[in-house]
Order: sequence, then C-alpha cells, then structure tokens
Amino acid sequence: MNLDILDYAFMQRALLAAVLVGITAPAVGIYLVQRRQALLGDGIGHVAMTGVGLGFLLSWSPVWMATAVSVLGAVLMELIRWYGRTRGDLALAMLFYGGMAGGVMFINLAPGGSNANLTSYLFGSLSTVSEEDVTAICLLAAFVVLVTVGLRRQLFAVSQDEEFARVTGLPVRVLNLLTAVTAAVTVTVAMRVVGLLLVSALMVVPVAAAQQLSRSFAATFAISVAIGVSVAVGGTVTSYYQDVPPGATIVLLTIGAFVLLTVAAAPLARRRTRAASRAAAQEAADPAECVIPDGRPPAGKAGV
Amino acid sequence: MTADQHRDPVISLRSVTAELGSRPVLRGIDLTVRRGEVVALLGANGSGKSTAVRTVIGQVPVTGGEVELFGTPRRRFRDWARVGYVPQRTTAAGGVPATVTEVVSSGRLSRARFGVLRRADREAVRHALELVGLADRAKDSVDALSGGQHQRVLIARALASAPELLIMDEPMAGVDLASQEVLAATLREQVAAGTSVLLVLHELGPLEPLIDRAVVLRDGCVLHDGPPPRAVGQHALPGHDHVHPHAAHDAEPIRTGLLS
Repeated sequence: MNLDILDYAFMQRALLAAVLVGITAPAVGIYLVQRRQALLGDGIGHVAMTGVGLGFLLSWSPVWMATAVSVLGAVLMELIRWYGRTRGDLALAMLFYGGMAGGVMFINLAPGGSNANLTSYLFGSLSTVSEEDVTAICLLAAFVVLVTVGLRRQLFAVSQDEEFARVTGLPVRVLNLLTAVTAAVTVTVAMRVVGLLLVSALMVVPVAAAQQLSRSFAATFAISVAIGVSVAVGGTVTSYYQDVPPGATIVLLTIGAFVLLTVAAAPLARRRTRAASRAAAQEAADPAECVIPDGRPPAGKAGV
Repeated sequence: MTADQHRDPVISLRSVTAELGSRPVLRGIDLTVRRGEVVALLGANGSGKSTAVRTVIGQVPVTGGEVELFGTPRRRFRDWARVGYVPQRTTAAGGVPATVTEVVSSGRLSRARFGVLRRADREAVRHALELVGLADRAKDSVDALSGGQHQRVLIARALASAPELLIMDEPMAGVDLASQEVLAATLREQVAAGTSVLLVLHELGPLEPLIDRAVVLRDGCVLHDGPPPRAVGQHALPGHDHVHPHAAHDAEPIRTGLLS
C-alpha cells in the first residue's frame, strides 16, 4: 500500500485525531445508549456551536471554548433532568436551538467572521486540524478514556439502573454529571474530524452495530471501539484519496458497518433463539411452561 | 408479637410526607421494620407504597418527617452494603446487552473499594446466582431471559452484597408461577438466616406464609398496621373498608388535617 499519506504533517495530525475520535466517541456513547439517551451527543453538539462562535469572537481557541461551553451545557441539561422533571424535553429543545443560534450569531459578530468559518466545525475538516488542536484533542481524549474505562463498573451500574445504583452507595448525581461532562468533552474531541452535526452518529451507531454480535457489555464496548477506530481511520484515508468530506464519509461507513453486521448476525441470532427456547423448555418443570415454548418454533424467523 | 417490640428497628419512618410534582403522595406515614421482621406494604395503585419505599432509599426526597436506616438518619447513612434493593422493574436489561453476571456484579459495588471486584466478590456474585437458581445462565445475555428470570436476576443483584435488609418493590409483578416459587423459596432462606424484609406487594400470593406484619396504605395514609389481612382474596385490600372497620379513625384526622 502506498503510504505517501503519512508524508504530510496535516494528515499525520488528522489520522491521530481520527484514532482518538474512534476510541472516545463509542466509549462514551455506549453509556448514553445504555441509559437510552442516545441523542444527548447531538444536543451537546448544538450547544458547542455557541462555544465555537465565542472562540472566534474573542479570538480564543475555538476547541477549548467549545469544550467549556458544551461542558456547561451538559451540566445544565443534567440539572434540568433533576429539577425540571415535568417539561424537561421543552427546556432541552430550547437549550439545543439556543446553542445553535448563539453560534451563528457570535460568528457573524466576529470581525471578518461568517457562516463559512462554521462549516468546518459543523461537518469536519481534516486539513484545518492544527498543531494546537491536536494537543487539545490528545488531552481531552486522555480524560475521556480515563473516565470511561477507569469507572466502567460504576458508570455501568448507574446507566443500567439509577435507582438501584443509589442503594449501592454510589454518588449517582456526581456520576451522572461526569457522564454528561465526558460526553461534552468527546463532542469537542470529535468536532474537528467528524463535525458537530455528525458527532452523535459516531457515538451511537458503532454501539448499535456492536450489539448485533455481542451478548455482554464488555464485548459490546470492545467491538464498538474497534468499529469506531476502523471507520474513523477508514473515512479519513478515503477522504484524502477521494477528496470527499471526512465527516460524512465516516458516518456513512459506520452505517455501512451496522448494516453489514446486522445481516451477518441474523443466523447467529436465530441459533441463539433456538438454544434459548431449548433451555427454557428443559428448565420449565410444570406443564404450563412447557406448552408455550412448544408452540413457538416458527418464531425462529424473528431473528433480529 | 410483643417479642418484636424491643428489637432494633432497621427501617423507621415517622410522619413522613412526600410530594411528586406538587401532588402530595405521602401524608404523614409511620412505618417500622424491626430486625428479622418481614413486613408487607400493601395498597392500591397510587396509594403511595412505592413512593414510601423510595423515600427510604433516597430516590424521592421527603418534605417532612424522619427516615432512619439502622438507627441512622438516612442523610447520614453510608453503610449501603447492609441494604439490598429490588426496584419495581419488569426487566433487568438496559439499552446495551449485558450478561447476567455483569448485571449482578453491580450489586457487589457497595462492598468493592473503587469498583475493583476481587476473587471474594466474584464468589459472592456466583453464590447470589445460585440462590436464585440461575448459576447456569451466568454468561447468558439478560435479553435471553424470561420475565420471571429477569426478576430473579434483580433479586440476585440485591443479594450479592449479602445484605441484612432486603427492600423489594413488587418482586412478583409479571412473574410466572415457577419463578414465583423459586423467589418465595429464596426469600424463605434469607428470612431463616435472619434477614429483615420490606416488601411492596399488590397481593400476598405465595409469600403470605412468610409475612409477619402488613401495613396497608390508602391515599398516602396508613390504613392498617398489624397481622396480614387473611380474610381477603386476591382482589385484596384497599378500597375494602369493611375488612378494617377500625381504620377510618386513624386515617380520617390525618387527611382532613392536611386538606383543610
């Protein structure tokens, strides 16, 4: 394989960023999917736009500014979830669209700024990943990995069943906040490569794809990170050779992986269903239980 | 039950009030579970029984009154390994696949320092699975289990920390007869070993012989506190005032006091 792709410094930076995004996005995403907040990343992405706009307006690093604002937004969302139980969805909607509008407003207020500056943040762009962006991305990614791997048992418990986690003495609110903050940080890690509007896809779709194959949380985690890294690197390389936008390429590759694995897993799921109903039939002692599995075999078709 | 009177309370609620939204759900209830006792909390939907249990574990904040666990005010209570909790759920599954062992291991976190599970912890998880008869399904995904098996997983999770107090919110809801028997047997063993139990139930069912005392709630007030109401069938309890003719006296003053 021709490796001239590595001769360019900007491509080295882009590939490093892609690998980190491929690891961090599914690593956080798995907890969001587990707590059925798959679209949280999307919301944070909208809020981060205000940070990017502010960065331009104040001539500060848009990456760090977006991190600050999206962390703030994530904390706000978590607070709304605690206190504004009744119409939380409306409050969140206002936060999302307010964030987006704020971004557009600030960037147009910035001297010489226009929506064009925003485009590379919205859809990702490899050539513009700067040296200092890479430093920021490395630091933030290290934080994300530390949290998602180091606290995996605690985060698993809280995301699986919050009410139960409280009774194990875990600091549920702190862990919820930490999840939201980590998701916010991940959004800004992924922002330069995938873009704010597509970042949520890389958090959620690899997890959905991995679920087709796995039975355990640990395996789902490992497979989704593997998928994330593969598609992020694959998309980056493709966009270099074919001159297509990296964010869109990565997301389409991820969805491709999902479809592929779903098709590949259908026979597997069917075999498992059969094994499970066999086990159930063996276990059930009273006739009332035995009759039901016997009536079921045609359900083998309902694989996925 | 005079012998019970001087045993330490493991749960004690005194004139507890609580609201959901701005709707008062508990209007000042008293509830005590003493060491080794099995207490059933009964009542119709909306009578406040689940809310009462949730104030004990701190999921629902109280607006008045006191909640104590093992003699410590709940706010200062830290010794959660002594409490096993089975929430009201019909499934043990989350949004991501997980094995039976992974789910049950969560229950051991209260005894594990920094979330690191050692050999003894894994052993305890395996033992908890044996107690509910699911040791052979340890590596299976919880998605592959039946409704009754889900409930058994949730109970194994609560037992993983070897608790002295079990709090269960409708453990028999949606559970097939075979699993109900397994659950009743598991609970019988726990009680025989000295575990105290607070159970939220819709009907007494196969657990009836285990229950020392029943507390019946209605509209957020205690309607009856004493021996389980044996006369009633499965269409049980609240609403049926004729079963507890004395109760109206206790309930009325409290309610009128708060509503006026």
